Amino acid sequence: MTLTATTPTGTTRSVLDALEAESIHIIREVLAEFEKPALLFSGGKDSVVVLHLLAKAVAPARVPIPVVHIDTGHNFGEVINFRDTTVARYGLNLVVGSVQDYIDRGELVQPADGTRNRLQTRVLLDTLEAHGFDAVFGGARRDEDKARAKERILSLRDEFGVWDPRNQRPEVWNLYNGRHEAGWSVRAFPISNWTEADIWAYIDREGIELPNIYFAHRRQVFERDGMWRAVTSVSQPASGEKVSIRKVRYRTVGDASCTGAVLSEADSVAKVLDELALSTLTERGATRADDRISSAAMEDRKKEGYF
Amino acid sequence: MPHTLLRIATAGSVDDGKSTLVGRLLHDSKSILADSLDEIARTSAERGFGGEQPALDLALVTDGLRAEREQGITIDVAYRYFSTDKRSFILADCPGHVQYTRNTVTGASTAHAGIVLIDARYGVQEQTRRHLGVLGLLRVPYLVIAVNKMDLIDWDEQRFAAIEAQVHELAGQLGVGQTHVIPVSALQGDNVVERGANSRWYTGPTLLQLLEELPEPQQHGTARLDVQYVIRPQGALAPGLDAEEYRDFRGYAGSLTGGRLAVGDPVQVLSNGQPAASRVSGIRTPSGPVRQAEAGEAIVLLLEDEIDIARGDTVVAGQLPEPVKSLAADVCVLSPGRLAAGDRVLLKHGTRVAQARIEAIEHVLQVEDYTRIPARALELNDLGRIRLRSAAPLAATDYALSRSAGSLLLIDPRDGATLAAGIVKEEEHVPA
Repeated sequence: MTLTATTPTGTTRSVLDALEAESIHIIREVLAEFEKPALLFSGGKDSVVVLHLLAKAVAPARVPIPVVHIDTGHNFGEVINFRDTTVARYGLNLVVGSVQDYIDRGELVQPADGTRNRLQTRVLLDTLEAHGFDAVFGGARRDEDKARAKERILSLRDEFGVWDPRNQRPEVWNLYNGRHEAGWSVRAFPISNWTEADIWAYIDREGIELPNIYFAHRRQVFERDGMWRAVTSVSQPASGEKVSIRKVRYRTVGDASCTGAVLSEADSVAKVLDELALSTLTERGATRADDRISSAAMEDRKKEGYF
Repeated sequence: MPHTLLRIATAGSVDDGKSTLVGRLLHDSKSILADSLDEIARTSAERGFGGEQPALDLALVTDGLRAEREQGITIDVAYRYFSTDKRSFILADCPGHVQYTRNTVTGASTAHAGIVLIDARYGVQEQTRRHLGVLGLLRVPYLVIAVNKMDLIDWDEQRFAAIEAQVHELAGQLGVGQTHVIPVSALQGDNVVERGANSRWYTGPTLLQLLEELPEPQQHGTARLDVQYVIRPQGALAPGLDAEEYRDFRGYAGSLTGGRLAVGDPVQVLSNGQPAASRVSGIRTPSGPVRQAEAGEAIVLLLEDEIDIARGDTVVAGQLPEPVKSLAADVCVLSPGRLAAGDRVLLKHGTRVAQARIEAIEHVLQVEDYTRIPARALELNDLGRIRLRSAAPLAATDYALSRSAGSLLLIDPRDGATLAAGIVKEEEHVPA
């Protein structure tokens, strides 16, 4: 067998080096093959890592594409600030799709439970169409969810943004095929193969900045469905839900109205890594009310066009 | 010893206990967190798994999409992640039935190791031959045969030895890579992660030990870079950099394969079909400028000479492969429909996409024994030899020498569908 021949070409490479190289390869393919790519940027750690990789993929040139944020109006203020300073630091154009605008115009109605997660999809699709983006980078990872576990790195979406799990293109070797019919588009997931632990190890190695809500801080919270929810204008305790001040941090950054915090003393990247090594809950299970609806919640949302 | 990454593909059907094996591997390596485990326990109890001795149905670990659960089948490759103190693993879990050959090809295309399951009660089957054949054709460096359900044959050592001999004979016939055979019981956990108490006669490694200890597959040969993207930052420099320093910067971004490349090395370039020569004047990795880079790194290459190089061009250390317009390839058909002589396709090789035509279908490859059957067309999931004619000269090499320089995609020019994955067979090249 020639591939295992004993003429080694060099040193053993680390997991992070291998993952970084794969992601940069994917990013360069998409930048080269599409007319008008963009990056979906939430300020969450995964999209921050994708932006960091994008910058590395084209260095010393500037990141050549705009970033898109779908602002539900329920975002944490700290995250919006972080988004704006990050965009300025990289010298990027920011495109914001506002869920609030749709609600104000009466085109979308906030569900009775007060969450806006599902409303994002319509705004996302409209924003992508209005700007003619034919490929959108996202920070989804396959270890997050079983629907994501089966999604391609280049995920084809029809003119309605719909993901059809039964009809996906096989992806072989590192030969990505982003060709598509007019009106269709591609979601590109360059960190598909990273795990939550890889992301944090990379943030540590690279010294990547994150919104401060990822680290332990004191906050007014109340307990609901086994999760600690922040007291904000969009998430208020019901009668009987006791408010207390706790030291918490967020493992994922989503809407204040559906994202839970975890009790934590981890106020640095190194401590977060230690905490993760001992954690017994998955990232989404611990913190996302939106994925607790059913075990197929993500699959259903993706079929509607969710990223 | 740094923590390294190993990519694995599994092949085998539900009947062989593949889902249970993958579930066992993840469960016993402590890769399933409490909330996922609770869900598995709940569902196992609801379905009464284990009868009078309730147990976890570990096959549920790999339970997939609703569309699949409704039909009780697996329709697609699923990716799983787990790690130990020694290694991180990416496992491509491929459905095993014949009609899913394309999935096995997908999973195997990037795998360092392939795990094939055999049911100990039945030994080597038609399907085993097929899986070994596909993994061999794609030159997966290591093959691990898990002889499962050993508990159902009372850990019969003679029976295992007979299957092991069958496997080695078959591997010899097919000319596949290094083959390891392990007796396991995925249901009871023996020899998957833990050794267990049932196979005292077996002294080899458990499946996980073996996966942890397989040597890192090494690329060898000449360094090669298929240019993905040309970086010319003039007027669009990253914030904070000195415009003067990068005024003449022109870098060729791509992933290095095959070997090592250092500043000062002579290189040959295939640019727009024309060969040219130059020398490496600089290399940048994601961590900054370096003196030399290794295969597997995503780099930016700078050359001493001004050559008109664009995406799709190739830079190699040493001798360029003879550019060809006519080439033979073994392909696996990945889309519904058929491939036939005369079809117009797009051919993606490296980072180049060229217009091409299928000149001839030569035969269908019966992967169980690599026999060739004359054919006029290839259908979904078929493997077969075709001859292609490309509008642009390609610096292709035999797949046996390089997985990257010897692989290609055929794309439908009408809707962009990926029609087939191809493996270049160099001995049948006709120079341009």
